[in-house]
Amino acid sequence: MNEGGYQRRKWTNRVMLGLSSSAAGLGVIILALILGYILVNGLSFINLDFLTQPAKPVGELGGGMRYEIIGTFILIVLASVLALPIGLMTGIFLSEFGNPRLASMVRFVADILAGVPSIVVGVFAYAILVRPLHSYSAISAAVALAIIMIPVLARTAEESLRLVPNTMREAALALGITRWRAVVGVVIPGALTGIVTGIMLAVARIAGETAPLIFTALGNNFGFQGLLKPIGALPLQIWRYAMSAYTDWQHQAWAGAFLLVLLILGISIVVRWIAGRKRMQ
Amino acid sequence: MKKDLALTLQKMVNGTSIQSESKERTTPMVERKDIIVTENLNAWYGSFLCLRDINLSIQSQTITAIIGPSGCGKSTFIRCLNRLHEVSPGGRVAGRVLLDGEDIYGPGVDPVSIRRRIGMVFQKPNPFPTMSVFDNVTAGLRLSRLWSRQWELEEVVERSLRQAALWDEVKDKLSQSGASLSGGQQQRLCIARALAVEPEVILMDEPCSALDPVATLKIEDLMRNLAEKYTLVIVTHNMQQAARVSDMAAFLMIEPDRAGVLVEYGPTSQLFTNPKDKRTEDYITGRFG
Repeated sequence: MNEGGYQRRKWTNRVMLGLSSSAAGLGVIILALILGYILVNGLSFINLDFLTQPAKPVGELGGGMRYEIIGTFILIVLASVLALPIGLMTGIFLSEFGNPRLASMVRFVADILAGVPSIVVGVFAYAILVRPLHSYSAISAAVALAIIMIPVLARTAEESLRLVPNTMREAALALGITRWRAVVGVVIPGALTGIVTGIMLAVARIAGETAPLIFTALGNNFGFQGLLKPIGALPLQIWRYAMSAYTDWQHQAWAGAFLLVLLILGISIVVRWIAGRKRMQ
Repeated sequence: MKKDLALTLQKMVNGTSIQSESKERTTPMVERKDIIVTENLNAWYGSFLCLRDINLSIQSQTITAIIGPSGCGKSTFIRCLNRLHEVSPGGRVAGRVLLDGEDIYGPGVDPVSIRRRIGMVFQKPNPFPTMSVFDNVTAGLRLSRLWSRQWELEEVVERSLRQAALWDEVKDKLSQSGASLSGGQQQRLCIARALAVEPEVILMDEPCSALDPVATLKIEDLMRNLAEKYTLVIVTHNMQQAARVSDMAAFLMIEPDRAGVLVEYGPTSQLFTNPKDKRTEDYITGRFG
């Protein structure tokens, strides 16, 4: 028995265990610091006025982000309406119907699209919608956000559908039903939890996107005025207020950041809870 | 319950005697016809030839057992009969398969309609887990829009579950998930699901290999009842089961180039007691496989 070698291996084991635990701990600490800092700073500035009042003109104190909060929700809904059909159908195509060569090409393009910087997507939307329409608009913001959502939706939908065992598909086909009905009636219900999770993750992703909105939504302190008019959004307003010289606005930016983090954190927690329930079934 | 168990065990022990159960067929022999005829059936996975020149005639309202060593292409063969083989990646078929005289691989033939006439039950019971027992049985009808009223569905469910000898056990549990039943019950649910679309032929790919002996015997009883009305083709690697249940048996074997061929086909009693081919005899007596 090589005593020396055994002692060295034990020591190496301990060191590596310690290093990896520290790394994990470091990650958790950093996340906790960020969240804690925002929560502590933002909590003191959140109040009912903030949630329900529109923004006040420059120089006046008080006011809130009412229309920006509403604007964020409107943009999420609009972007989802555009992105859900395209993203989910692409996922279904990749998993169920694609011939291998075309499918791998689409997958490759989706992965590239997922990696495009969001500011570039914003510039693109500016070029194709804002310029021709001669106006910043809600619709161009929704399009930009939808472009960001689509690859996320397609990939998570595809992965969820792949997890449905092939025996399900064969059992459905053996009953003498068409391919499409088999997918809609049997495969998709089997993957529904994963698909819903993917949708919520995509929503969480775009809820905090700011750069595309700079080029497309502009911001609007007077509420929703139509698809072709500018619209306010929470991340946009946080950015503007945080960069401003007014303390009151900076406080409101903290509150906005707090709200945004809460929103995204909430979505992520719900997603994990749903996924946990599914695993226990 | 205990008497049932004793009878069941006795059946198992006696099972090796050929056709010790008297199979009363209400259909006289003269009415049977060749319902499925394969002519030079070849099947590939990609470039690998899996079945070579299978020529087989299956008669209606009989139970035909496909037996042979592992990997000889038994499952592939029956998947060719309901056009499920072409759904597998790289699956390709050549030759003709006649259902009631018409080639199911002919030009313009819709595989979906073929699969409605030739149903299939798989090795591992696979009820749809997201659906209740009721919805599982009616899945084939609902998803092809072959129904119009709720009471029609209820009729179909009761009829199919009775035919599958499952009605009494699940009639109070129709709204429970299909996956909440035991293994044997799940397999009978899959059989009921296949029966609900009223096929002519039912293919069974080792339907009992994932089940315990008691459930196996229940399904074998069920098979004999079903054969009064339907044609059954079962794949089994359990020779005792083939001997117990089937009227005709087809023995497939792998040749040196790994393609499966039909070695012998005939009435089960004759195949097992007096096989014509030496390879059949070797397999039956356990010299290989």
